[in-house]
Parts: sequence; structure tokens; C-alpha cells
Amino acid sequence: MSDTNHSSHKQSFWRTYIFSTDHKMIGLQYGFTSLIFLFFGFCLVMLMRWQLAFPGQPVPFIGKFFGEANMPGGVMLPEFYNQLGAMHGTIMVFLGVVPLAVGAFGNYIVPLQIGAPDMAFPKLNMASYWAYFLGGVTMLVSFFAPGGAANSGWTSYPPLSNIATMGQTMWLFGMVLLITSSLLGAVNFIVTIIQLRTKGMTFMRMPFFVWAQLVTAFILLLAFPPLEAAGVLQLMDRLAGTSFFMPSGLVISGQPLTISGGGSPLLWQHLFWFLAHPEVYVLILPAMGIVAEVIANNTRKPLWGLRMMIASILILGFLSFIVWAHHMYLTGMGTVISAFFQTTTMMISIPSVIILSSLFITLWGGSIRFNAPMLFALAFLPMFGIGGLTGLPLGLAIADIHLHDTYYVIGHFHYVVAPGTIFALFAGVYYWFPKVTGRKLNEALGRLHFWPSLIAMNFIFMPMMIQGLAGVSRRLYDGGASYAHAQGVLHLNVVMSVAAWALAIAQIPFIINLFWSIKSGERVKSDNPWEATTLEWSTPTPPPHGNFSTPVEVYRGPYEYSVPGAQKDFTPQDQPKV
Amino acid sequence: MMPDTIPYTTHERPDTGLYNAKIGIWLFLASEVMLFGALFSSYVLLRVGSTNWPLGHTILNVPIATFNTMVLISSSVTMVMAWASLKLNNFKKYRLYLGLTVLCGLIFLVVKGFEYNAKFEHHLFPSTSTFMAVYFTLTGLHGLHVIGGIIVNAYFLGPGSKMWFKEPERLTNRIEVSGLYWHFVDLVWIFLFPVLYLL
Ligand code: HEM
Ligand SMILES: [Cu+2]
Repeated sequence: MSDTNHSSHKQSFWRTYIFSTDHKMIGLQYGFTSLIFLFFGFCLVMLMRWQLAFPGQPVPFIGKFFGEANMPGGVMLPEFYNQLGAMHGTIMVFLGVVPLAVGAFGNYIVPLQIGAPDMAFPKLNMASYWAYFLGGVTMLVSFFAPGGAANSGWTSYPPLSNIATMGQTMWLFGMVLLITSSLLGAVNFIVTIIQLRTKGMTFMRMPFFVWAQLVTAFILLLAFPPLEAAGVLQLMDRLAGTSFFMPSGLVISGQPLTISGGGSPLLWQHLFWFLAHPEVYVLILPAMGIVAEVIANNTRKPLWGLRMMIASILILGFLSFIVWAHHMYLTGMGTVISAFFQTTTMMISIPSVIILSSLFITLWGGSIRFNAPMLFALAFLPMFGIGGLTGLPLGLAIADIHLHDTYYVIGHFHYVVAPGTIFALFAGVYYWFPKVTGRKLNEALGRLHFWPSLIAMNFIFMPMMIQGLAGVSRRLYDGGASYAHAQGVLHLNVVMSVAAWALAIAQIPFIINLFWSIKSGERVKSDNPWEATTLEWSTPTPPPHGNFSTPVEVYRGPYEYSVPGAQKDFTPQDQPKV
Repeated sequence: MMPDTIPYTTHERPDTGLYNAKIGIWLFLASEVMLFGALFSSYVLLRVGSTNWPLGHTILNVPIATFNTMVLISSSVTMVMAWASLKLNNFKKYRLYLGLTVLCGLIFLVVKGFEYNAKFEHHLFPSTSTFMAVYFTLTGLHGLHVIGGIIVNAYFLGPGSKMWFKEPERLTNRIEVSGLYWHFVDLVWIFLFPVLYLL
């Protein structure tokens, strides 16, 4: 371990841990908060899975704690199921994965990898975390609002969401806070990457992870404002009685609504998906970045086709803004518009395939080290592959007519975000933990975490696709039990639910590992325990305030592994050319 | 370079030719363009889809809004003058021009307040029609942006101006950045005015 520590000014507890402006502490704050939210969002879905597997039966042990309004006699009410579903989606996406992938990993790693002392705007960085935190609290508190939390799905389609209970208003306020947070973060990331690259760190010498974060930040910057606009309009509809999303002639429970009318529910869908499609790239690009780092390091090879990967990720970023209406084929927007969005959707699959193929080809002929981060990174490849390939039929209007809003869709995108993104995030935790703490996570516990998780994931999400192909709709409170056409695949509900609970158990080794290793894990013997090439491994461990003890200069590309004639099988970026 | 301090906060980075906050504000404005762009698109979609959309000038007060447009444009001019004064090392003039900018912003808001009030007295509310809904939402959101700009400029007029005596260049940059924002707010109004009042 290095003994350099030049942070002379000692700061108070509050400045160091709570209102810190250091990108590493903010990254850790993001990390802890988002892991807790991920776990919470997972708990919501575990409850739902009871109802789906055993509809109408009281939830054992814990059912009685949810009160008469949600679970009379321990039996889940449909209204409560809807709350759980909407909040699961919202929490997983906006409070779990994105803050972990961008807020935590991006914040901690990007400045280190480009040789910067901190983010460009440390105070905005802190404000970004606290806006996120308040947004999260708003979402959590909404469960206690009259009528409970938002219950119109994470998509909040009007007119339903316009007339929904107060939880929806809180959802909108929470979203405004989260959008503010991600806006501050996005500006900060882009400026940092453009301005604070150290001497010699040209754009083409940036690690792939930094590229991924750069494109992600642009997407966040430009795609979120339309959702904010939509949120403002929906708030006006709910609070000021406007009719932006309310068509004329609506009748609710037999009563005609007295509103000015003339609004368009479709308008919401356009604004929502203008964000929400690019959002899926926000969920996946940082994950690809992490996987690329781990794979290059553990195959001891440069990434195959790095330039093409970078070009692909840039094209992906552009195209992600013109595919949104592939979520709306069934709204009757017309065949010409459908044709346009089918074309762009097919086009955007090309760069994704290039990136995935490059990563696969990188494995070829490498002397692979199968450590815990690498296992998760390797599993990412086929899992994301399944998720991506199953998405193709959804991009074609003709197939989407059958598949739209079925469990097939749920299965498809969960392959992308759960065994895909979440596994990549785990890979990142295992990979960078030694830099943050100076200790390694335990390998055996890592394997005990990995294998059961991989198996459970597939037992949850593969049956969903089978159910979906059989025509079972999503968001059904009884999992399809009341539908004749679902009877043949109903037994799968039990399989999926048991697998979901098994997945929860599989996380126990990880949680133990995390806490145990902080105090008692195996100490790393150098600042660069994985023998990696990128700059974050040239800092002291853990990096002090200001990150680098001496000014760094970069002399070479990011992945100089196994260079013929070199002394060792890795050449760090800051090693001068002789 | 001290490893602890963040580079290019005041001076430009040679290869990009920009200091940090300048890129920051341009990015922020890009996201603002997306925000108002989405709202404008919504307006277009709703108007195209409606059967009877009133002409703005039959409901809204065009002379008052013309006056307000003048006020905002003048404030953009004084904003530039404030920045130029700092560049010319004239701190007194800077305070004068920035003060005028803040004043113009306030006049705009007061006039807008009267306009809103007149609408309410005629029983025209956001819930009255989609036209009124668009009018109140867009001008309201723009008004919030004006308030934000006034707060920032008032800060640089008062406590924030002390920076002049320690880091004059940094203050000049800050005024440039805040000016860019202010011009944007002005520009949004220049779009809103014909779209809502004239067309
Ligand atoms: C790993 C364990 C997970 C399980 C077992 C799980 C399970 C489910 C289930 C069963 C539904 C469907 C509910 C219904 O249609 O009635 C659902 C919906 C959803 N999930 Fe997950 N999920 C998991 C992880 C994630 C992750 C990591 C994300 C996002 C990053 C996510 C995002 C969503 C979204 C957006 C919906 C749609 C919600 C809606 O209908 O409004 N899930 N999940
Ligand atoms: Cu999409």
C-alpha cells in the first residue's frame, strides 16, 4: 500500500462524509444509496411474485403488516399490486441502476481514468447527489400518501395517471428532482471529460468506460428535458385542471368528466418514450463500459476493434433519439411513421451487435483469468445477447402486434437490465473494490454469489418469454389465472417466483462479502493488484483528496496488454516510452 | 499544477479554447432547448389536433406583451454592457448596468403579473381551454426562468461582486456565463411572443 497522503487539511465529519464535494465520496454515497434502492425495488417485486404464483392467497408471515388498505387479511389488493409494479419499475430504473452505473461508477472512476483531480464542478456534484436523495425520499414517502404510491405503471400513461390518486403527484415531483439531479450530473461529466483530461490523454487514448460515460451523459442531458416537460404538463393537468392529455368526452364510472378537453393522451406517450428509449441506453452503455474494462484486463489482450467500438457507441448515442415510437406501433399512429421507426430500430441494432461482437472476439485466444469480476463480465455477454436478440421482433410492427404488452416484453428487457446490466455492475463492484478499500472481495463468496444468481436469473426471465409468446399480458394482478389462453403456462408462475426468491438468497453471500471484506478482506499488495493499464490504478490506494500524488502524463493507449517485446504483459498508460 | 486544484476554472484550456463554466452553460442551455422544444412541439401537436383554436390576439393583450418584449431585449443589451464594463475594468459601470438588467427583469415580472390578473378577472384560467392552458404553462415556466436569472444577477450585484477585488477575471467569466443564460431566457420569450400572441 502506498503511504502518500497529501490531504493536509483535515475536514469535519460532516464535510467528509455527508456534504462532501470529493467525487470519490459522492460516488460512494451514490453507490450505497442506489444499492439500497435496488434491494428495495427487488423486495417489492418479490411480494408481487407471491401474488402471481399464488393469486388470492394470503402472503405468509409478513402479509399482516401491510394494513387493511393494502392487504386485508394478508391478501394483496389489486390496487396495491399496481403500486408495487409501478414503483418497482420506477425505483429500479431511476433510483437503482442509473445512479449506480452513472452516479457511483461514473463519479468514482471517470476522473481517475482521465487523470483529473476531481470533477469539474464539485459543488454541483454534491447538489446532484442530494437532489437524487430527495427524489428518492419523495418516492418512498408516497407509499404513505392517501391512496398509496403511484399506480399507473412506470410509464404513467394518461388519462389513467391523470385521474390517479395523490401518489401520482408525488411521483411527478420526485421525477422532477431526479431529472434535476441527472441534469447536473450530465453537465458535470461532459465538462470533466472534455476539459480535465491530463497531459497526453487524447480522446483516442481514453478507456472505453470513459467513452461510454460520455455518450451516456449526452443522452441524459438531451433526453430527460422532454420528460420534464411532460411532467410539468401532467402536473398542470392534475393540479390546475388543464386538459393537455385529456381528450374530450371522457366518462369515468358512468360520470362524464367536466373538463375543457381537447388534449391528447398520445402526446404523453411521445414525450415519455422520447426519454425512455434513450434511457435504456443509459442503462446499458455504462454496463458495456465496465465489461470492456474487465474483459481487457482479464484476457490480457487489447480490446479487439477499439476504434470501431468507439464509433459504434457514438452512432448508438445519435440513433437512440430517433427510435422512440417503436413502443407505440399499436397506437394507430400510421404505417408511414411505423415504417420510419422500424427502419431506425433495425439500424440501431447494428452498433450494439458490433460492440458485443468485439467483446466476444477479444476473448479469442486470450489466456483468460476466471476471477469473480470476469465471471460476471463473461455472463453479461450471452445474457445481454439474449436480451438484444429478443428485442428485434419487438422492433417490427408485424411481430409487435402479437407481442406488445405481453410478458415477452418483460422477459426481453429484463434480460438486458437484470442478468445484463446488473451483472456488469457486480463485475464493477468486484473489480474496483480493491482500489476503493485496499482489500479484495473474497473469491469463494464471489463464486457462491455468481453461479446461483446466473441460474436463478434464467429461471425467472426465460419462462416469461414463454408465457408472453402464449399471449399472457403484463401487469395482470392474477398472473393470467382468469384467462383461458393462459392456463397452459400458469404453472411457470410458481417456477419464476421460486427462482426470484432463490435469487434473493443468492445475494446473501454478496452482502456478507461486502461488509466482511471492508474490514477483513485480503489486503492488496500493490496499488495495481489486477495488473491493469488504465490510470485509476496509478493512484495511491485508496486515492487521496486530489487523487494523484504527482502530476500524471499519458504516453500510450488504454489497453497495452501483452505487447510483444514489453517487459511485462501490461504497460500502464503513464509509463513513458523509452 | 497543484494536484488539488481543478484546472481551467478561469483560464481557457489551450486545445479546447474554453474554460469549464462556459462549456457547462452551453450544455445546460442545450438541455433547456430540449425542454422548451418539447413544449413547443406539444403546442404544435395540440393545435394541429384541435378543431377550434383561437387566434392569440383575440384573447391576449398584444400591446402589453410588445412592451414586455422591449423590456427584455433592453435587459439583454444592459447585460452585455455589464460584462463589457468588467472587461474594460470599470466596476462602477458594471454595477450600474447589472442593476438595470435586474430592474428590467423585475419590470417584466410585474407587467406579467398584471396581465395574469386581468385574465383571472375575466375568468380565464388554465382550465378554461387548452389555449389558455398552453398560455399559462409556457409563460409561467418562462417566468420561473426569469426569476432564476434575477436571483443570480442580484447575487452578482450584491455579495457576489466582492469577487472583483480578489479574482476579477473569474467574476468576468461568471458574468459572461450568467449573461448567456439571460440571453437564452430572452430568446425564449422572443419565440413565445409571436407564437402565443400573434399567430
Ligand atoms: C432481478 C430481479 C427482477 C425481477 C424478479 C423483476 C420482476 C419483474 C416483474 C415480474 C415485472 C412485471 C410486473 C407486471 O407486469 O405485472 C417487472 C416489471 C418491470 N421491471 Fe423488473 N424485475 C427485476 C429487476 C429489474 C431491473 C434491474 C429493472 C430495471 C433496471 C427492472 C425494471 C422493470 C420495469 C421498468 C418494469 C415495468 C413496470 C411497469 O409495468 O410499469 N426490473 N419486473
Ligand atoms: Cu425503445
